[in-house]
Amino acid sequence: MLVLEHATKFFGAVRALEDGEIELYAGETHALVGENGAGKSTLVKILAGVHRPDGGRMLVRGEELELAGPAAAREAGIAVIYQEPTLFPDLSVAENVFMGRQPLRRGRRIDARAMHRRVEELLEPLGVRLDPGRIARGLSIADQQIVEIVKALSLDAQIIVMDEPTAALSAYEVRRLFRVIETLCGSGRAVLFISHRLEEVFEICQRVTVMRDGRHILTEPIEGLSSEDLVRAMVGRELVAREETDRKAPGAAVLEVERLTREGVFLDVSLSVRSGEIVALAGLVGAGRSEVARAIFGIDRYDAGRVVLNGTPLRAGSPAAAMAAGVGFVPEDRRQQGLVMELSISDNIALASLGRLQRFGLLRRVVERRFAQDWASRLRIKFGRTTDPVGTLSGGNQQKVVLAKWLSRRPRLLIVDEPTRGIDVATKAEVHRLLLELAREGVAILMISSELPEVLRVADRILVMREGRLVAEHGQAEATESSIVAAATGQTGMVLP
Amino acid sequence: MQRELEIGAEQAEATAPRSTGEASPSGGRGRDEGAGPRAWRLARWEVGLLVATAATVVLGVTTSSQFLGSYNIFSVGLSNGEVAIMTLPTALIVIAAEIDLSIASTLALASSVLGYLWMHGWPMPGAIVAVLVLGGFLGLLNGLLVTRLGLPSLAVTIGTMTLYAGIAEIVLGSTIVADFPSTYTTIGVDAFPHTDLSYSAVIFVLLAVIFGVVLHATPIGRSIFAIGANQEAALFAGIRVKRVKTGLFVVSGLIGALAGVLYTLRLNTAEYDNGSGLILSVVAIVLLGGVSIFGGKGSLVGVFLAVLVFAGLQDALLLTNFPEDATDTVAGGLLLVSVLVPYVGGVLSRLRRSTARRQLGSAP
Repeated sequence: MLVLEHATKFFGAVRALEDGEIELYAGETHALVGENGAGKSTLVKILAGVHRPDGGRMLVRGEELELAGPAAAREAGIAVIYQEPTLFPDLSVAENVFMGRQPLRRGRRIDARAMHRRVEELLEPLGVRLDPGRIARGLSIADQQIVEIVKALSLDAQIIVMDEPTAALSAYEVRRLFRVIETLCGSGRAVLFISHRLEEVFEICQRVTVMRDGRHILTEPIEGLSSEDLVRAMVGRELVAREETDRKAPGAAVLEVERLTREGVFLDVSLSVRSGEIVALAGLVGAGRSEVARAIFGIDRYDAGRVVLNGTPLRAGSPAAAMAAGVGFVPEDRRQQGLVMELSISDNIALASLGRLQRFGLLRRVVERRFAQDWASRLRIKFGRTTDPVGTLSGGNQQKVVLAKWLSRRPRLLIVDEPTRGIDVATKAEVHRLLLELAREGVAILMISSELPEVLRVADRILVMREGRLVAEHGQAEATESSIVAAATGQTGMVLP
Repeated sequence: MQRELEIGAEQAEATAPRSTGEASPSGGRGRDEGAGPRAWRLARWEVGLLVATAATVVLGVTTSSQFLGSYNIFSVGLSNGEVAIMTLPTALIVIAAEIDLSIASTLALASSVLGYLWMHGWPMPGAIVAVLVLGGFLGLLNGLLVTRLGLPSLAVTIGTMTLYAGIAEIVLGSTIVADFPSTYTTIGVDAFPHTDLSYSAVIFVLLAVIFGVVLHATPIGRSIFAIGANQEAALFAGIRVKRVKTGLFVVSGLIGALAGVLYTLRLNTAEYDNGSGLILSVVAIVLLGGVSIFGGKGSLVGVFLAVLVFAGLQDALLLTNFPEDATDTVAGGLLLVSVLVPYVGGVLSRLRRSTARRQLGSAP
């Protein structure tokens, strides 16, 4: 029904998709699995017409097709249901379904009755009860997805792509969604089902495609495969040699997090990081890792538990207090959180140290510039002048500016969230060396990373989070990519409530 | 303000897992625009203002020989002093990507309360101090509504703009207090000793220096720029965003009240609708001064020059026997100019870039 071959997609110099391939048959539920960054989302966006591929071809019902945009994808009978649908909250279910193409009656007035009738007709075979006249605001995510599915059906979509639809659903809602999917397939449509939960893949899908590093790895019927097979295919690469350095035994605990909880985000997270130790938080995107880090640093509040730094409880909700206690935080979104793009390199480096660069309340420009220059050269940042806007730097150098900003404060605990995302290989290695060096100097480091080779390469201990909880802890010696992926995707055989 | 809303939503909802996405490739893309250093881009705007100031003076001198006369200078300062003073905190707030539209209503309420207290037998110094404290509180209310409840300052201060003006009317009603002691009302008649400037103009110059130093040479000033340019990044750098913003609103209220005191005394009139309509001039001047309405950009030098252009232009028009109510015309016109010039500049440079790209593209 749909064939995508050799699809490639570049974002600037970054290759997000190298050899994307997918083949869907009518009436099948096809799973697409892979680690974070494997290229699944890019592939979905190509199918949705959001991204135009740089190479490869696409056949829909045997016809070669080039999607000019989302409208063209809709025309071709492809509908994408996202994890969190975006409905118009103040319009009714029926109005959302028929947005922009409402049935009209005489005088170009919207025919509300026909609209409601049509929605009910579409809902019926799905076995879902939903009032078409209800306002979309307050609908559960599961119901919002149903609305999107109904919308797809009203457009007569034959190919329905679901991008991690179950991530935010309760067990009951997942069951209902599965029934809906079965109905869809029963009527001869093809469903592409993307999920990190392998047990779901085994339950509902007939065939599976595994992607890794932007490439198609395999497409096979699910029957002959075990979950170990899938995990191995997802991880695949050879293990990266660990950067061996003369590591000292870690010292006293710097950070102790005790039963930290934020309703609906993370639950009962306890962990500690000792001086000179690098602890990694692994897990899938959305498992709550960044949220824990934000709570520790005081960006977000938490509902229960406490954070202790060097034996002293840390005031909640105050980044300034965390900084005073010696915490540095390199956030995950460099452009939005790490840097003020409009300000210069020197301003950015100095931004967290303004208090120290003043005398009698006045900033000393010369001292500030020398300070920035000093740290910029220590981290070997490549720049023209320190007064250039930081936005003129490459991604890797921007990340070094963020690091410089925090290292210049000489933190005792450094939290780094995805420290090497989107930066080149050489800088990546530099950042790794830097982290190891800091640890040798006795800094405690908490690293969040979705890149398993990176985690295995630098971390002393690896904690795995899944759906807001800590589910596993591995020492550096016994951790493997497979064991981490298994824990992160819930394949450990552990029974979770 | 847009930015602030987004952050507010994010904090309320925690981060949506989707938003992080996979394989974020956007990190690699750099923007090619804005290559020139920020300082130079601003400086260009200020050079333009300097030219505009000179042109205004030339225009004034050609229309009337009195333009640079000491009496005219005094009266220009007198009639624009309060507006000028109010541009200072407004500039800082706009740079922090917020806005305070209630400052002119604070002036009105301060005027009413000053009249009320004097009428009820308060000594002048006590009444003035009380009014200034009141101004601080009015600003604090704005600040708390914006930072603690996370409401957009545009909506909050449109509300308090009307609210404060309304309270002013309740306090004084139709009463007009016009019997302030002459030792105080002399500021409406005499120049500051050894100058040709009104008291309000002198206070403006002093405050402008203080605000300029705070904005451009202290950690607080740097924080204001950072907050305005990217509030989230400022927060992640440990800047006390809420505290800085609340402080700005308090200062704004305080300065509004100070302007109210000056306004009342120089006219020797406390009336509930004193200063109505001044807010338009204040905002117009701030934007003309090169302060970005989106926050993060601007300089006090620019605002200072914009005050000169505004006051000079208005005065020149008055001297040509332009209708009395020239103020709004000037304010509105300058507001448009200050928005249009950068826009046209932006369009031109985009045009230039795209033609350059097309030429590049068509080359083999």
